[in-house]
Amino acid sequence: MHMKYGVDEHGYYGDFGGAYIPEMLYPNIEALRAQYLKVLDDDDFKAEYDQLLKDYVGRPSPLYHAKRYSEKYGANIFFKREDLNHTGSHKINNAIGQILLAERLGKKRIIAETGAGQHGVATATVCALKGLECVVYMGEIDMERQAPNVARMKMLGAKVVPATSGSKTLKDATNEALRDWIGNPEDTHYIIGSAVGPYPYPEMVAKFQSIISFEAKKQLLEQTGSELPQYVLACVGGGSNAIGMFYNFLDDETVKLIAVEAAGKGVETGHSAATTSLGKEGVLHGTRTILMQTDDGQVVEPYSISAGLDYPGIGPQHAHLFKVNRAEYVSATDDEALNAGLLACQLEGIIPAIESAHALAHLEKMTFNPGDNVVICLSGRGDKDLDTYIKHFGY
Amino acid sequence: MNRLQTLFANKKNNLLSIYFTAGYPELNTTLDIAVALEQSGADFLEIGFPYSDPVADGPTIQQSSEKALENGMTLNVLFEQLKQLRERVTIPVLLMGYINPIVQYGIERFCKKAAEVGVDGVIVPDLPIYEYEKLYADTFKQNNLSNIFLVTPNTSEERIRKIDRLSNSFIYLLSSSSITGSTLNVSTSIEDYYKRIKAMELDNPTIIGFGISNNASYNKACEYANGAIVGSAFVKHLATDNHLQTIPDFINNIRPKL
Repeated sequence: MHMKYGVDEHGYYGDFGGAYIPEMLYPNIEALRAQYLKVLDDDDFKAEYDQLLKDYVGRPSPLYHAKRYSEKYGANIFFKREDLNHTGSHKINNAIGQILLAERLGKKRIIAETGAGQHGVATATVCALKGLECVVYMGEIDMERQAPNVARMKMLGAKVVPATSGSKTLKDATNEALRDWIGNPEDTHYIIGSAVGPYPYPEMVAKFQSIISFEAKKQLLEQTGSELPQYVLACVGGGSNAIGMFYNFLDDETVKLIAVEAAGKGVETGHSAATTSLGKEGVLHGTRTILMQTDDGQVVEPYSISAGLDYPGIGPQHAHLFKVNRAEYVSATDDEALNAGLLACQLEGIIPAIESAHALAHLEKMTFNPGDNVVICLSGRGDKDLDTYIKHFGY
Repeated sequence: MNRLQTLFANKKNNLLSIYFTAGYPELNTTLDIAVALEQSGADFLEIGFPYSDPVADGPTIQQSSEKALENGMTLNVLFEQLKQLRERVTIPVLLMGYINPIVQYGIERFCKKAAEVGVDGVIVPDLPIYEYEKLYADTFKQNNLSNIFLVTPNTSEERIRKIDRLSNSFIYLLSSSSITGSTLNVSTSIEDYYKRIKAMELDNPTIIGFGISNNASYNKACEYANGAIVGSAFVKHLATDNHLQTIPDFINNIRPKL
């Protein structure tokens, strides 16, 4: 385990983490923690998880050497193709892990929150796979923005409940899911989609997503002769693909880790989701972390064109990596991300999710030495974002 | 001893506490509501400070919090209003709210300010035991503030014993595992839960909350605990016309005068 950057027995990463939950959730969180620690060493669990990832998700996802990108930027650029997973993003890795846990906890009903709908779709998918009831909370505004994903979840048998409180987006969907769980503690498991929430969620989600960097290391060794690249990049909202992409490189201090947040219309415009630039330490959704808030401690609604990065906080491990400078946190604006998405279409024939395009956008701001190896997590595919791309570029 | 501890030393049964959100329905009526509640016979008060993301609350208190924030309620404004608290109110007062506004205000500053204006205790639903003991207990004690812990039907006996050791005024028993404002359903299992708690003979008095909205639910709670807390039902009352003038009727409907 990562002694330096990992979690302690109370669920903390340095100053961040913990489980700031109302007493109503304590038995659930405690049972989940115990079961999670148990399955970590359980061969049956591992075997089932590995097999589903292989046969159902289609792992390992390719590590693709993007030659035209490499020419353009003067380094060896690799895309870790999470966009090729079943359901179209990295979210399925965690949903598979958690549904197997839920089964072992004897839970019959699954709830989830979703922003862009990718995690909702992944959760609805694994519930269909296991024949479990599925309820997905989604902000009323996001339901309009991501209508095709709402229909997809319904087709998969999930009930999609609009979150109508507060700002009617991801943070409110998360609140509603937590309220549901408080009222249904015995039969329900809450599959959180990002590396946020009370311990053990951030650790568990990171672990289930760590398959990304586990594979990338092996693939790099095959393709470059070294498992360690110079740079690893990923976009970060709550931070699940980023923590999965960083996980197995954390202790290799020569590898520079770069997390790209959504700057929205610009960090200082008041329409941004660049949490590390704009946030302060506090508590959100059960974890001590960095979040965007007023001086009075009220959570500020973030903005990004990408619904998946539109979250006012970051996972506690990211907050720690930021604070101790193990990873660099930068940002890309809506326009920079859209342009980067279009570039990936034109140079590599890949339409990335706008979330992932934020990571690609940062390449423009970097300078490389010849021979540098750079891995970027292409966390999802852009089908869900076609409307936005088409409107923006006028195709 | 703070006012809460004195109250529980002197009165053992049929206690009634009322919760309301500061700044709702109007910004500046916090003390007027508190005074009316004391005059109507409430034994102690819980004044909520609003938060943007109140996960343990149902629609009624969520909406009151939203409105209070719109009205401009902040911890600074609340403490300014409470400067006159002890000139006008004698019964114990608790502050209730979520941890993030307290973290931003600064825990030491918050506790000092609360003690200064005459607050006796604090209820923070999302402050767990581990964090309380490690980071906050000393500051609470230095300022003579009681921290109130919640117990639900699913809380283990071992954990209830621990909560009893850490408490120094009362324990807040949730009638069910739910968010605020739900309907109390006195099923056999809930009665078993109340009986189980009663049989534990805890050192601290217990007060039942969540779902107490009328005389029947109040009386049922008082059979098993030292009293009950009314929250959402009173917040709903605050949305009615002449709500200040009719507070005595509201209290009388919950706990009729003998």
